Amino acid sequence: MFRRLKPQGQKIQIFFDDQEIEAIEGENLAAALLAADVTHFRSNPVSKQPRAPYCMMGACFECLVEIDGQSKQACMIEATVGLKVGTLKDISGVDDE
Amino acid sequence: MNNYDIIVVGAGPAGVSAALEMSQAGAKVLLLDEQSSPGGQIYRSITKTSPELLSALGPSYSEGASLVNKLAPSKVHYQPCATVWQFGDDGILLYSVDGQVTQATGKHVILATGALERPVPIPGWTLPGVMTAGAAQILLKSSGVVPEQAVLAGSGPLLYLLATQLIRAGSPPKALVETQTTSDFIAALRFLPRTFAAWKMMAKGLDLMREIKKAGVPRYKSARDLTAIGTTQVKALTFEAKGIKHKLDCDSLLLHQGVVPNTQISRSLRLEHRWNKRQACFHPFTNGVGLTTNDTYSIIGDGRAIGGAHVAVLEGQNTGAFVAASFGFQVDPDRVFKLLKILEKERAIRPFLDRLYQPPKEILTPKDETVVCRCEEVSAVDIRDYAKIGCLGPNQTKAFGRSGMGPCQGRCCGLTVTEILASENKLSQQEVGSYRIRSPIKPVTLGEIAQADDDN
Ligand SMILES: Cc1cc2nc3c(=O)[nH]c(=O)nc-3n(C[C@H](O)[C@H](O)[C@H](O)COP(=O)(O)OP(=O)(O)OC[C@H]3O[C@@H](n4cnc5c(N)ncnc54)[C@H](O)[C@@H]3O)c2cc1C
Ligand code: FES
Repeated sequence: MFRRLKPQGQKIQIFFDDQEIEAIEGENLAAALLAADVTHFRSNPVSKQPRAPYCMMGACFECLVEIDGQSKQACMIEATVGLKVGTLKDISGVDDE
Repeated sequence: MNNYDIIVVGAGPAGVSAALEMSQAGAKVLLLDEQSSPGGQIYRSITKTSPELLSALGPSYSEGASLVNKLAPSKVHYQPCATVWQFGDDGILLYSVDGQVTQATGKHVILATGALERPVPIPGWTLPGVMTAGAAQILLKSSGVVPEQAVLAGSGPLLYLLATQLIRAGSPPKALVETQTTSDFIAALRFLPRTFAAWKMMAKGLDLMREIKKAGVPRYKSARDLTAIGTTQVKALTFEAKGIKHKLDCDSLLLHQGVVPNTQISRSLRLEHRWNKRQACFHPFTNGVGLTTNDTYSIIGDGRAIGGAHVAVLEGQNTGAFVAASFGFQVDPDRVFKLLKILEKERAIRPFLDRLYQPPKEILTPKDETVVCRCEEVSAVDIRDYAKIGCLGPNQTKAFGRSGMGPCQGRCCGLTVTEILASENKLSQQEVGSYRIRSPIKPVTLGEIAQADDDN
Protein backbone atom coordinates (compact mmCIF):
# COMPACT_ATOMS: atom_id res chain seq x y z
CA MET A 1 0.00 0.00 0.00
CA PHE A 2 0.95 3.65 -0.14
CA ARG A 3 1.75 6.18 2.51
CA ARG A 4 1.92 9.97 2.47
CA LEU A 5 5.15 11.39 3.87
CA LYS A 6 4.85 14.53 5.97
CA PRO A 7 1.75 16.19 4.44
CA GLN A 8 2.53 19.58 2.88
CA GLY A 9 -0.29 22.03 2.37
CA GLN A 10 -3.99 22.30 3.05
CA LYS A 11 -6.01 19.19 3.96
CA ILE A 12 -9.22 18.93 1.90
CA GLN A 13 -12.05 16.45 1.35
CA ILE A 14 -12.74 14.81 -1.99
CA PHE A 15 -15.16 12.02 -2.89
CA PHE A 16 -14.59 8.70 -4.58
CA ASP A 17 -17.84 6.91 -5.44
CA ASP A 18 -19.53 9.05 -2.74
CA GLN A 19 -16.99 7.99 -0.08
CA GLU A 20 -15.28 10.92 1.61
CA ILE A 21 -11.51 10.87 1.25
CA GLU A 22 -8.86 13.12 2.75
CA ALA A 23 -6.47 14.72 0.28
CA ILE A 24 -4.01 17.60 0.09
CA GLU A 25 -5.05 20.55 -2.03
CA GLY A 26 -3.23 20.57 -5.35
CA GLU A 27 -1.71 17.10 -5.03
CA ASN A 28 -1.97 14.63 -7.88
CA LEU A 29 -5.45 13.06 -7.87
CA ALA A 30 -4.22 9.52 -8.58
CA ALA A 31 -1.72 9.91 -5.73
CA ALA A 32 -4.49 11.10 -3.40
CA LEU A 33 -6.65 8.09 -4.26
CA LEU A 34 -3.77 5.63 -3.86
CA ALA A 35 -2.82 7.18 -0.51
CA ALA A 36 -6.45 6.62 0.56
CA ASP A 37 -6.09 2.90 -0.28
CA VAL A 38 -8.22 3.02 -3.43
CA THR A 39 -6.94 0.02 -5.41
CA HIS A 40 -9.62 -0.32 -8.05
CA PHE A 41 -9.81 2.73 -10.36
CA ARG A 42 -11.61 1.19 -13.31
CA SER A 43 -12.48 -2.18 -14.80
CA ASN A 44 -11.03 -3.28 -18.09
CA PRO A 45 -13.91 -3.15 -20.59
CA VAL A 46 -12.95 -6.50 -22.15
CA SER A 47 -12.14 -8.73 -19.16
CA LYS A 48 -13.91 -6.62 -16.48
CA GLN A 49 -10.77 -7.07 -14.33
CA PRO A 50 -9.85 -4.28 -11.91
CA ARG A 51 -7.17 -1.82 -12.96
CA ALA A 52 -5.19 0.91 -11.22
CA PRO A 53 -2.54 3.46 -12.25
CA TYR A 54 0.43 1.94 -14.06
CA CYS A 55 2.48 4.80 -15.57
CA MET A 56 1.44 8.00 -13.71
CA MET A 57 2.42 10.04 -16.77
CA GLY A 58 -0.62 9.99 -18.99
CA ALA A 59 0.40 7.10 -21.24
CA CYS A 60 -1.48 3.97 -20.11
CA PHE A 61 -5.02 5.24 -19.31
CA GLU A 62 -5.40 2.71 -16.48
CA CYS A 63 -6.25 5.56 -14.09
CA LEU A 64 -9.38 6.66 -15.97
CA VAL A 65 -12.11 7.93 -13.65
CA GLU A 66 -15.34 9.82 -14.15
CA ILE A 67 -15.54 13.51 -13.26
CA ASP A 68 -18.53 15.66 -14.26
CA GLY A 69 -19.75 12.89 -16.55
CA GLN A 70 -16.48 12.79 -18.48
CA SER A 71 -13.68 10.25 -18.38
CA LYS A 72 -10.44 11.78 -17.13
CA GLN A 73 -6.95 10.51 -16.40
CA ALA A 74 -6.59 10.81 -12.62
CA CYS A 75 -2.80 11.00 -12.94
CA MET A 76 -3.05 14.21 -14.98
CA ILE A 77 -5.36 16.10 -12.59
CA GLU A 78 -4.89 17.85 -9.27
CA ALA A 79 -7.15 17.33 -6.25
CA THR A 80 -9.42 20.30 -5.50
CA VAL A 81 -11.83 20.97 -2.64
CA GLY A 82 -14.95 18.76 -2.82
CA LEU A 83 -13.98 17.11 -6.12
CA LYS A 84 -16.40 14.29 -6.96
CA VAL A 85 -14.71 11.33 -8.60
CA GLY A 86 -16.33 8.05 -9.60
CA THR A 87 -15.50 4.80 -11.33
CA LEU A 88 -16.32 4.89 -15.02
CA LYS A 89 -19.74 3.68 -16.05
CA ASP A 90 -19.26 3.84 -19.79
CA ILE A 91 -15.81 4.17 -21.27
CA SER A 92 -16.83 4.00 -24.92
CA GLY A 93 -16.36 7.77 -25.14
CA VAL A 94 -12.59 7.49 -24.86
CA ASP A 95 -12.08 4.91 -27.58
CA ASP A 96 -10.19 6.52 -30.44
CA GLU A 97 -12.33 4.87 -33.06
CA MET B 1 -3.73 34.73 -33.97
CA ASN B 2 -0.96 33.35 -31.85
CA ASN B 3 2.10 33.60 -34.03
CA TYR B 4 5.53 32.77 -32.72
CA ASP B 5 8.99 32.45 -34.17
CA ILE B 6 9.42 29.10 -32.46
CA ILE B 7 7.11 26.86 -30.45
CA VAL B 8 8.71 24.35 -28.08
CA VAL B 9 6.57 21.45 -26.85
CA GLY B 10 7.76 19.93 -23.56
CA ALA B 11 9.22 21.80 -20.58
CA GLY B 12 11.72 19.16 -19.45
CA PRO B 13 15.47 19.81 -19.44
CA ALA B 14 15.60 19.73 -23.26
CA GLY B 15 12.66 22.06 -23.91
CA VAL B 16 13.47 24.57 -21.17
CA SER B 17 17.07 24.99 -22.30
CA ALA B 18 16.07 25.32 -25.97
CA ALA B 19 13.41 27.92 -25.14
CA LEU B 20 15.85 29.95 -23.01
CA GLU B 21 18.56 29.79 -25.66
CA MET B 22 16.28 31.13 -28.41
CA SER B 23 14.57 33.72 -26.28
CA GLN B 24 17.95 35.11 -25.16
CA ALA B 25 18.86 35.45 -28.83
CA GLY B 26 15.73 37.59 -29.32
CA ALA B 27 13.22 35.08 -30.72
CA LYS B 28 9.55 35.09 -29.70
CA VAL B 29 9.13 31.67 -28.08
CA LEU B 30 6.07 29.77 -26.84
CA LEU B 31 6.77 26.84 -24.49
CA LEU B 32 3.89 24.41 -23.95
CA ASP B 33 3.69 21.58 -21.42
CA GLU B 34 0.81 19.50 -20.15
CA GLN B 35 2.13 19.40 -16.58
CA SER B 36 1.21 22.13 -14.10
CA SER B 37 4.86 23.07 -13.49
CA PRO B 38 8.08 22.88 -15.52
CA GLY B 39 10.85 20.27 -15.12
CA GLY B 40 9.82 17.32 -17.27
CA GLN B 41 10.13 13.79 -15.91
CA ILE B 42 13.48 14.06 -14.16
CA TYR B 43 12.84 17.44 -12.49
CA ARG B 44 9.11 16.95 -12.06
CA SER B 45 7.49 19.40 -9.57
CA ILE B 46 10.91 20.89 -8.74
CA THR B 47 9.52 24.41 -8.29
CA LYS B 48 7.14 23.11 -5.58
CA THR B 49 9.12 20.47 -3.64
CA SER B 50 9.60 20.73 0.12
CA PRO B 51 13.17 20.79 1.54
CA GLU B 52 12.70 17.31 3.13
CA LEU B 53 11.65 15.81 -0.16
CA LEU B 54 14.52 17.58 -1.96
CA SER B 55 17.04 15.84 0.28
CA ALA B 56 15.40 12.43 -0.26
CA LEU B 57 15.39 12.92 -4.03
CA GLY B 58 19.10 13.74 -3.96
CA PRO B 59 21.46 15.97 -5.96
CA SER B 60 20.58 14.52 -9.40
CA TYR B 61 17.10 16.00 -8.81
CA SER B 62 17.87 19.23 -7.00
CA GLU B 63 20.47 20.29 -9.60
CA GLY B 64 17.50 20.85 -11.95
CA ALA B 65 16.39 23.91 -10.00
CA SER B 66 19.15 26.11 -11.42
CA LEU B 67 17.88 25.47 -14.96
CA VAL B 68 14.13 25.54 -14.31
CA ASN B 69 14.30 28.71 -12.17
CA LYS B 70 15.64 30.65 -15.16
CA LEU B 71 12.30 30.24 -16.90
CA ALA B 72 10.16 32.63 -14.82
CA PRO B 73 12.35 35.75 -15.25
CA SER B 74 12.89 35.03 -18.96
CA LYS B 75 10.89 36.34 -21.93
CA VAL B 76 9.73 32.82 -22.86
CA HIS B 77 5.93 32.61 -23.00
CA TYR B 78 5.47 29.47 -20.88
CA GLN B 79 2.02 27.90 -20.82
CA PRO B 80 1.54 25.08 -18.28
CA CYS B 81 -1.37 22.58 -18.27
CA ALA B 82 -1.38 22.75 -22.08
CA THR B 83 -1.89 19.39 -23.79
CA VAL B 84 -0.94 19.64 -27.45
CA TRP B 85 -3.07 17.18 -29.39
CA GLN B 86 -2.68 18.15 -33.02
CA PHE B 87 0.50 18.91 -34.91
CA GLY B 88 0.18 20.34 -38.43
CA ASP B 89 2.88 19.83 -41.08
CA ASP B 90 3.09 23.61 -41.36
CA GLY B 91 3.74 24.34 -37.65
CA ILE B 92 0.10 24.97 -36.68
CA LEU B 93 -0.64 23.35 -33.32
CA LEU B 94 -3.84 22.82 -31.38
CA TYR B 95 -3.70 22.56 -27.61
CA SER B 96 -6.18 22.47 -24.75
CA VAL B 97 -5.91 24.14 -21.36
CA ASP B 98 -8.72 23.04 -19.08
CA GLY B 99 -10.99 22.16 -22.03
CA GLN B 100 -10.30 25.45 -23.84
CA VAL B 101 -8.73 24.99 -27.26
CA THR B 102 -6.10 27.37 -28.62
CA GLN B 103 -4.37 27.39 -31.98
CA ALA B 104 -0.79 28.59 -32.20
CA THR B 105 1.56 28.82 -35.15
CA GLY B 106 5.33 28.58 -35.11
CA LYS B 107 7.66 29.25 -38.03
CA HIS B 108 9.48 26.32 -36.47
CA VAL B 109 8.46 23.75 -33.85
CA ILE B 110 10.85 21.95 -31.51
CA LEU B 111 9.51 18.73 -30.00
CA ALA B 112 11.01 18.07 -26.56
CA THR B 113 8.38 15.61 -25.40
CA GLY B 114 10.71 13.06 -23.83
CA ALA B 115 10.52 9.34 -23.26
CA LEU B 116 8.12 6.69 -22.05
CA GLU B 117 9.13 3.76 -19.90
CA ARG B 118 9.54 0.65 -22.01
CA PRO B 119 6.55 -1.65 -21.56
CA VAL B 120 7.35 -4.54 -19.21
CA PRO B 121 4.91 -7.26 -20.26
CA ILE B 122 5.20 -10.05 -17.69
CA PRO B 123 2.33 -12.35 -16.70
CA GLY B 124 0.16 -10.44 -14.23
CA TRP B 125 1.46 -6.95 -15.08
CA THR B 126 -2.10 -5.62 -15.41
CA LEU B 127 -2.90 -6.28 -11.72
CA PRO B 128 -3.56 -3.28 -9.47
CA GLY B 129 -0.42 -2.67 -7.41
CA VAL B 130 1.89 -3.30 -10.38
CA MET B 131 3.33 -0.01 -11.63
CA THR B 132 6.42 1.26 -13.33
CA ALA B 133 9.37 2.44 -11.26
CA GLY B 134 8.93 5.85 -12.90
CA ALA B 135 5.31 5.95 -11.73
CA ALA B 136 6.40 5.45 -8.12
CA GLN B 137 8.96 8.18 -8.60
CA ILE B 138 6.27 10.55 -9.91
CA LEU B 139 4.13 9.79 -6.83
CA LEU B 140 7.09 10.71 -4.65
CA LYS B 141 8.11 13.86 -6.57
CA SER B 142 4.64 15.25 -7.19
CA SER B 143 2.84 14.33 -3.97
CA GLY B 144 5.25 12.86 -1.41
CA VAL B 145 3.42 9.51 -1.58
CA VAL B 146 5.54 6.34 -1.22
CA PRO B 147 4.86 2.61 -1.64
CA GLU B 148 5.56 0.47 1.42
CA GLN B 149 7.69 -2.66 1.22
CA ALA B 150 7.72 -2.46 -2.57
CA VAL B 151 9.53 -4.99 -4.71
CA LEU B 152 11.52 -3.31 -7.51
CA ALA B 153 12.10 -5.53 -10.53
CA GLY B 154 13.80 -5.25 -13.91
CA SER B 155 16.84 -3.41 -15.11
CA GLY B 156 18.24 0.08 -15.60
CA PRO B 157 19.75 2.97 -13.66
CA LEU B 158 16.35 4.33 -12.63
CA LEU B 159 15.75 1.19 -10.53
CA TYR B 160 18.76 1.92 -8.32
CA LEU B 161 17.99 5.62 -8.17
CA LEU B 162 14.41 4.95 -7.05
CA ALA B 163 15.63 2.41 -4.46
CA THR B 164 17.89 5.02 -2.85
CA GLN B 165 15.21 7.71 -3.03
CA LEU B 166 12.77 5.39 -1.21
CA ILE B 167 15.43 4.52 1.37
CA ARG B 168 16.09 8.21 2.06
CA ALA B 169 12.36 8.92 2.22
CA GLY B 170 12.10 6.32 5.01
CA SER B 171 10.28 3.63 3.05
CA PRO B 172 12.99 1.25 1.81
CA PRO B 173 12.00 -1.34 -0.78
CA LYS B 174 11.64 -4.96 0.28
CA ALA B 175 13.95 -6.23 -2.46
CA LEU B 176 15.59 -5.46 -5.79
CA VAL B 177 15.11 -8.16 -8.43
CA GLU B 178 17.47 -7.54 -11.34
CA THR B 179 17.19 -9.18 -14.75
CA GLN B 180 20.69 -8.07 -15.65
CA THR B 181 23.31 -10.84 -15.76
CA THR B 182 27.08 -11.02 -15.28
CA SER B 183 27.47 -11.68 -19.00
CA ASP B 184 25.62 -8.42 -19.70
CA PHE B 185 28.24 -6.68 -17.58
CA ILE B 186 31.13 -8.32 -19.37
CA ALA B 187 29.64 -7.62 -22.79
CA ALA B 188 29.10 -3.99 -21.80
CA LEU B 189 32.69 -3.42 -20.62
CA ARG B 190 33.80 -3.43 -24.25
CA PHE B 191 31.88 -0.17 -24.71
CA LEU B 192 33.24 1.62 -21.64
CA PRO B 193 34.68 4.89 -22.91
CA ARG B 194 37.93 6.38 -21.60
CA THR B 195 36.35 9.70 -20.66
CA PHE B 196 36.17 11.51 -17.37
CA ALA B 197 32.37 11.89 -17.70
CA ALA B 198 32.06 8.10 -17.98
CA TRP B 199 34.08 7.53 -14.81
CA LYS B 200 32.07 10.12 -12.95
CA MET B 201 28.87 8.34 -13.94
CA MET B 202 30.26 4.93 -12.91
CA ALA B 203 31.26 6.36 -9.53
CA LYS B 204 27.74 7.73 -9.03
CA GLY B 205 26.28 4.31 -9.85
CA LEU B 206 28.58 2.60 -7.33
CA ASP B 207 27.54 5.12 -4.67
CA LEU B 208 23.89 4.15 -5.23
CA MET B 209 24.72 0.42 -4.91
CA ARG B 210 26.59 1.09 -1.67
CA GLU B 211 23.63 2.98 -0.25
CA ILE B 212 21.27 0.12 -1.15
CA LYS B 213 23.60 -2.43 0.46
CA LYS B 214 23.98 -0.33 3.62
CA ALA B 215 20.20 -0.17 3.99
CA GLY B 216 20.12 -3.98 3.93
CA VAL B 217 17.89 -4.25 0.85
CA PRO B 218 18.41 -7.74 -0.64
CA ARG B 219 19.38 -7.90 -4.34
CA TYR B 220 18.60 -10.85 -6.61
CA LYS B 221 20.55 -10.90 -9.88
CA SER B 222 20.06 -12.68 -13.24
CA ALA B 223 16.34 -13.07 -12.49
CA ARG B 224 14.18 -14.85 -15.08
CA ASP B 225 10.53 -15.89 -15.48
CA LEU B 226 9.18 -12.87 -13.61
CA THR B 227 5.47 -13.32 -12.81
CA ALA B 228 3.12 -11.09 -10.84
CA ILE B 229 0.75 -13.22 -8.75
CA GLY B 230 -2.72 -12.17 -7.62
CA THR B 231 -6.38 -12.04 -8.65
CA THR B 232 -7.67 -8.53 -7.98
CA GLN B 233 -4.45 -7.09 -6.52
CA VAL B 234 -0.82 -8.13 -6.79
CA LYS B 235 0.15 -10.41 -3.90
CA ALA B 236 3.62 -11.61 -4.86
CA LEU B 237 6.38 -11.69 -7.45
CA THR B 238 7.77 -15.07 -8.43
CA PHE B 239 11.00 -15.55 -10.40
CA GLU B 240 13.98 -17.79 -10.85
CA ALA B 241 17.50 -16.59 -10.07
CA LYS B 242 20.61 -18.76 -10.48
CA GLY B 243 18.53 -21.93 -10.62
CA ILE B 244 16.51 -21.18 -7.47
CA LYS B 245 12.80 -20.34 -7.53
CA HIS B 246 11.77 -17.38 -5.36
CA LYS B 247 8.48 -15.93 -4.21
CA LEU B 248 8.40 -12.46 -2.66
CA ASP B 249 5.11 -11.35 -1.11
CA CYS B 250 4.28 -7.72 -1.90
CA ASP B 251 1.32 -5.50 -2.65
CA SER B 252 3.43 -3.03 -4.60
CA LEU B 253 5.53 -4.26 -7.52
CA LEU B 254 7.50 -1.66 -9.47
CA LEU B 255 8.75 -2.71 -12.90
CA HIS B 256 11.33 -1.04 -15.11
CA GLN B 257 13.26 -1.87 -18.29
CA GLY B 258 14.63 1.51 -19.27
CA VAL B 259 13.01 4.27 -21.28
CA VAL B 260 12.35 4.70 -25.01
CA PRO B 261 11.56 7.80 -27.11
CA ASN B 262 7.86 8.65 -27.13
CA THR B 263 7.22 8.72 -30.88
CA GLN B 264 3.44 9.34 -30.88
CA ILE B 265 3.82 12.93 -32.10
CA SER B 266 6.57 12.26 -34.63
CA ARG B 267 4.53 9.31 -35.96
CA SER B 268 1.41 11.47 -36.26
CA LEU B 269 3.48 13.82 -38.44
CA ARG B 270 4.56 10.88 -40.63
CA LEU B 271 8.22 11.68 -39.99
CA GLU B 272 10.79 9.06 -40.88
CA HIS B 273 11.79 6.72 -38.06
CA ARG B 274 14.63 4.24 -37.86
CA TRP B 275 15.01 1.19 -35.69
CA ASN B 276 17.90 1.54 -33.29
CA LYS B 277 19.28 -1.87 -32.45
CA ARG B 278 21.36 -0.72 -29.50
CA GLN B 279 18.37 0.88 -27.72
CA ALA B 280 15.86 -1.68 -29.12
CA CYS B 281 13.37 1.01 -30.16
CA PHE B 282 12.51 3.44 -32.95
CA HIS B 283 14.17 6.84 -33.15
CA PRO B 284 12.78 9.68 -35.25
CA PHE B 285 15.38 10.24 -37.98
CA THR B 286 17.22 13.52 -37.38
CA ASN B 287 20.37 15.25 -38.57
CA GLY B 288 23.19 16.43 -36.27
CA VAL B 289 21.21 19.41 -34.96
CA GLY B 290 17.94 17.55 -34.47
CA LEU B 291 16.20 18.55 -37.71
CA THR B 292 13.63 15.95 -38.80
CA THR B 293 12.45 14.92 -42.26
CA ASN B 294 9.96 17.83 -42.08
CA ASP B 295 11.94 21.13 -42.13
CA THR B 296 9.45 22.79 -39.79
CA TYR B 297 10.16 20.30 -36.97
CA SER B 298 13.18 19.47 -34.83
CA ILE B 299 13.33 16.91 -32.04
CA ILE B 300 15.60 17.12 -28.99
CA GLY B 301 16.17 15.24 -25.73
CA ASP B 302 14.98 11.75 -24.86
CA GLY B 303 12.29 11.97 -27.56
CA ARG B 304 15.08 11.88 -30.16
CA ALA B 305 17.26 9.15 -28.65
CA ILE B 306 17.77 8.18 -25.02
CA GLY B 307 20.66 10.27 -23.74
CA GLY B 308 19.66 11.36 -20.24
CA ALA B 309 19.14 14.79 -18.72
CA HIS B 310 22.58 16.31 -19.38
CA VAL B 311 22.43 15.38 -23.05
CA ALA B 312 18.87 16.77 -23.15
CA VAL B 313 20.09 20.17 -21.87
CA LEU B 314 22.97 20.28 -24.35
CA GLU B 315 20.73 19.27 -27.26
CA GLY B 316 18.31 22.01 -26.22
CA GLN B 317 21.08 24.60 -26.33
CA ASN B 318 22.55 23.26 -29.54
CA THR B 319 19.31 23.02 -31.53
CA GLY B 320 18.08 26.25 -29.91
CA ALA B 321 21.19 28.10 -31.05
CA PHE B 322 21.00 26.59 -34.53
CA VAL B 323 17.30 27.37 -35.04
CA ALA B 324 17.67 30.91 -33.67
CA ALA B 325 20.63 31.55 -35.98
CA SER B 326 18.78 30.13 -38.98
CA PHE B 327 16.00 32.68 -38.41
CA GLY B 328 18.54 35.51 -38.29
CA PHE B 329 18.79 36.00 -34.52
CA GLN B 330 22.09 36.90 -32.87
CA VAL B 331 24.00 33.76 -31.88
CA ASP B 332 27.76 33.32 -31.41
CA PRO B 333 28.65 31.46 -34.62
CA ASP B 334 30.98 29.05 -32.80
CA ARG B 335 28.40 28.03 -30.22
CA VAL B 336 26.65 25.37 -32.28
CA PHE B 337 29.95 23.61 -33.04
CA LYS B 338 31.28 23.87 -29.50
CA LEU B 339 28.09 22.31 -28.18
CA LEU B 340 28.27 19.48 -30.71
CA LYS B 341 31.76 18.64 -29.41
CA ILE B 342 30.59 18.59 -25.78
CA LEU B 343 27.58 16.49 -26.78
CA GLU B 344 29.81 13.90 -28.37
CA LYS B 345 31.69 13.47 -25.07
CA GLU B 346 28.52 13.42 -23.00
CA ARG B 347 26.93 10.75 -25.23
CA ALA B 348 29.99 8.48 -25.06
CA ILE B 349 28.71 6.50 -22.06
CA ARG B 350 25.44 5.46 -23.80
CA PRO B 351 26.62 2.34 -25.66
CA PHE B 352 27.92 1.00 -22.35
CA LEU B 353 24.65 1.70 -20.50
CA ASP B 354 22.52 0.43 -23.38
CA ARG B 355 24.37 -2.88 -23.42
CA LEU B 356 24.56 -3.21 -19.64
CA TYR B 357 20.82 -2.75 -19.16
CA GLN B 358 19.65 -4.43 -22.35
CA PRO B 359 16.15 -5.81 -21.78
CA PRO B 360 15.98 -9.62 -21.67
CA LYS B 361 14.31 -11.56 -24.45
CA GLU B 362 11.37 -12.54 -22.22
CA ILE B 363 10.45 -8.85 -22.02
CA LEU B 364 10.92 -8.02 -25.71
CA THR B 365 9.01 -11.08 -26.96
CA PRO B 366 6.97 -12.26 -23.98
CA LYS B 367 5.61 -15.72 -23.31
CA ASP B 368 2.34 -16.71 -25.03
CA GLU B 369 -0.07 -16.15 -22.15
CA THR B 370 1.23 -12.66 -21.34
CA VAL B 371 -1.11 -9.76 -22.04
CA VAL B 372 0.57 -7.47 -24.58
CA CYS B 373 -2.15 -4.88 -25.25
CA ARG B 374 -3.42 -3.83 -21.82
CA CYS B 375 -6.41 -1.87 -23.16
CA GLU B 376 -7.95 -4.62 -25.27
CA GLU B 377 -6.40 -7.61 -23.43
CA VAL B 378 -4.65 -9.07 -26.45
CA SER B 379 -1.99 -11.65 -25.51
CA ALA B 380 1.34 -12.54 -27.10
CA VAL B 381 -0.15 -15.79 -28.41
CA ASP B 382 -2.86 -13.82 -30.24
CA ILE B 383 -0.23 -11.71 -32.04
CA ARG B 384 1.69 -14.90 -32.91
CA ASP B 385 -1.51 -16.44 -34.28
CA TYR B 386 -2.15 -13.36 -36.44
CA ALA B 387 1.37 -13.72 -37.83
CA LYS B 388 0.70 -17.38 -38.69
CA ILE B 389 -2.30 -16.41 -40.80
CA GLY B 390 -0.46 -13.70 -42.68
CA CYS B 391 -0.31 -10.59 -40.51
CA LEU B 392 2.88 -8.72 -41.43
CA GLY B 393 2.66 -5.37 -39.69
CA PRO B 394 1.26 -3.70 -36.56
CA ASN B 395 -1.47 -1.86 -38.47
CA GLN B 396 -2.80 -5.16 -39.76
CA THR B 397 -3.08 -6.55 -36.23
CA LYS B 398 -5.94 -4.08 -35.81
CA ALA B 399 -7.86 -5.93 -38.51
CA PHE B 400 -7.20 -9.31 -36.85
CA GLY B 401 -7.93 -8.24 -33.30
CA ARG B 402 -8.09 -4.98 -31.44
CA SER B 403 -4.52 -4.50 -30.25
CA GLY B 404 -3.49 -0.85 -30.27
CA MET B 405 -7.08 0.37 -30.62
CA GLY B 406 -7.79 1.23 -27.00
CA PRO B 407 -7.39 4.61 -25.31
CA CYS B 408 -3.60 4.38 -24.96
CA GLN B 409 -3.28 4.30 -28.76
CA GLY B 410 -0.57 1.65 -28.68
CA ARG B 411 1.76 3.43 -26.27
CA CYS B 412 1.93 0.31 -24.06
CA CYS B 413 1.98 -2.42 -26.72
CA GLY B 414 3.50 -0.86 -29.86
CA LEU B 415 7.09 -1.98 -29.35
CA THR B 416 6.11 -5.46 -28.17
CA VAL B 417 3.85 -6.01 -31.19
CA THR B 418 6.66 -4.91 -33.52
CA GLU B 419 9.13 -7.28 -31.81
CA ILE B 420 6.79 -10.28 -31.87
CA LEU B 421 5.85 -9.80 -35.53
CA ALA B 422 9.53 -9.34 -36.47
CA SER B 423 10.48 -12.55 -34.72
CA GLU B 424 7.53 -14.59 -36.06
CA ASN B 425 7.82 -13.35 -39.65
CA LYS B 426 11.65 -13.37 -39.68
CA LEU B 427 11.69 -9.71 -40.65
CA SER B 428 13.66 -6.82 -39.21
CA GLN B 429 11.87 -4.44 -36.83
CA GLN B 430 12.41 -1.70 -39.44
CA GLU B 431 10.57 -3.77 -42.05
CA VAL B 432 7.73 -4.53 -39.64
CA GLY B 433 7.36 -0.86 -38.68
CA SER B 434 4.92 0.42 -36.09
CA TYR B 435 1.35 1.57 -35.55
CA ARG B 436 0.13 4.48 -37.65
CA ILE B 437 -0.80 7.29 -35.27
CA ARG B 438 -3.55 9.75 -36.07
CA SER B 439 -4.59 13.05 -34.49
CA PRO B 440 -5.79 13.77 -31.91
CA ILE B 441 -2.78 12.19 -30.21
CA LYS B 442 -4.45 12.69 -26.82
CA PRO B 443 -8.14 12.03 -26.17
CA VAL B 444 -10.18 15.21 -26.54
CA THR B 445 -13.91 15.77 -26.19
CA LEU B 446 -16.18 16.41 -29.14
CA GLY B 447 -16.62 19.90 -27.68
CA GLU B 448 -12.90 20.57 -28.04
CA ILE B 449 -12.91 19.38 -31.64
CA ALA B 450 -15.92 21.60 -32.38
CA GLN B 451 -14.12 24.59 -30.82
CA ALA B 452 -11.12 23.96 -33.03
CA ASP B 453 -13.36 23.82 -36.13
CA ASP B 454 -15.07 27.09 -35.16
CA ASP B 455 -11.73 28.83 -34.75
CA ASN B 456 -10.52 27.78 -38.18
C1 LIG C 1 8.66 8.41 -15.61
C2 LIG C 1 10.09 8.78 -15.87
C3 LIG C 1 10.93 9.12 -14.81
C4 LIG C 1 12.26 9.47 -15.05
N1 LIG C 1 13.06 9.80 -13.99
C5 LIG C 1 14.37 10.08 -14.20
C6 LIG C 1 15.25 10.40 -13.12
O1 LIG C 1 14.84 10.46 -11.97
N2 LIG C 1 16.56 10.64 -13.40
C7 LIG C 1 17.05 10.60 -14.67
O2 LIG C 1 18.25 10.82 -14.89
N3 LIG C 1 16.24 10.32 -15.72
C8 LIG C 1 14.92 10.05 -15.50
N4 LIG C 1 14.11 9.74 -16.56
C9 LIG C 1 14.69 9.78 -17.91
C10 LIG C 1 14.31 11.13 -18.52
O3 LIG C 1 13.60 10.85 -19.69
C11 LIG C 1 15.44 12.08 -18.83
O4 LIG C 1 16.48 12.06 -17.93
C12 LIG C 1 15.00 13.55 -19.00
O5 LIG C 1 13.87 13.85 -18.22
C13 LIG C 1 14.71 13.78 -20.45
O6 LIG C 1 14.42 15.13 -20.64
P1 LIG C 1 13.54 15.63 -21.84
O7 LIG C 1 13.54 17.12 -21.71
O8 LIG C 1 14.02 15.04 -23.11
O9 LIG C 1 12.07 15.04 -21.61
P2 LIG C 1 11.10 15.05 -20.34
O10 LIG C 1 11.81 15.44 -19.13
O11 LIG C 1 10.40 13.75 -20.36
O12 LIG C 1 10.05 16.20 -20.68
C14 LIG C 1 9.05 16.07 -21.65
C15 LIG C 1 7.90 16.99 -21.32
O13 LIG C 1 7.01 17.02 -22.44
C16 LIG C 1 5.71 17.12 -21.97
N5 LIG C 1 4.80 16.60 -23.01
C17 LIG C 1 4.85 15.39 -23.62
N6 LIG C 1 3.87 15.27 -24.53
C18 LIG C 1 3.18 16.44 -24.51
C19 LIG C 1 2.05 16.94 -25.23
N7 LIG C 1 1.44 16.21 -26.18
N8 LIG C 1 1.60 18.18 -24.92
C20 LIG C 1 2.21 18.94 -23.96
N9 LIG C 1 3.29 18.52 -23.27
C21 LIG C 1 3.76 17.29 -23.53
C22 LIG C 1 5.68 16.32 -20.70
O14 LIG C 1 4.67 16.77 -19.83
C23 LIG C 1 7.07 16.56 -20.12
O15 LIG C 1 7.08 17.56 -19.15
C24 LIG C 1 12.77 9.43 -16.36
C25 LIG C 1 11.91 9.09 -17.42
C26 LIG C 1 10.59 8.77 -17.20
C27 LIG C 1 9.72 8.41 -18.36
S1 FES D 1 -1.63 6.04 -14.74
FE1 FES D 1 -1.14 5.78 -16.81
S2 FES D 1 -2.37 7.30 -17.71
FE2 FES D 1 -2.69 7.68 -15.65
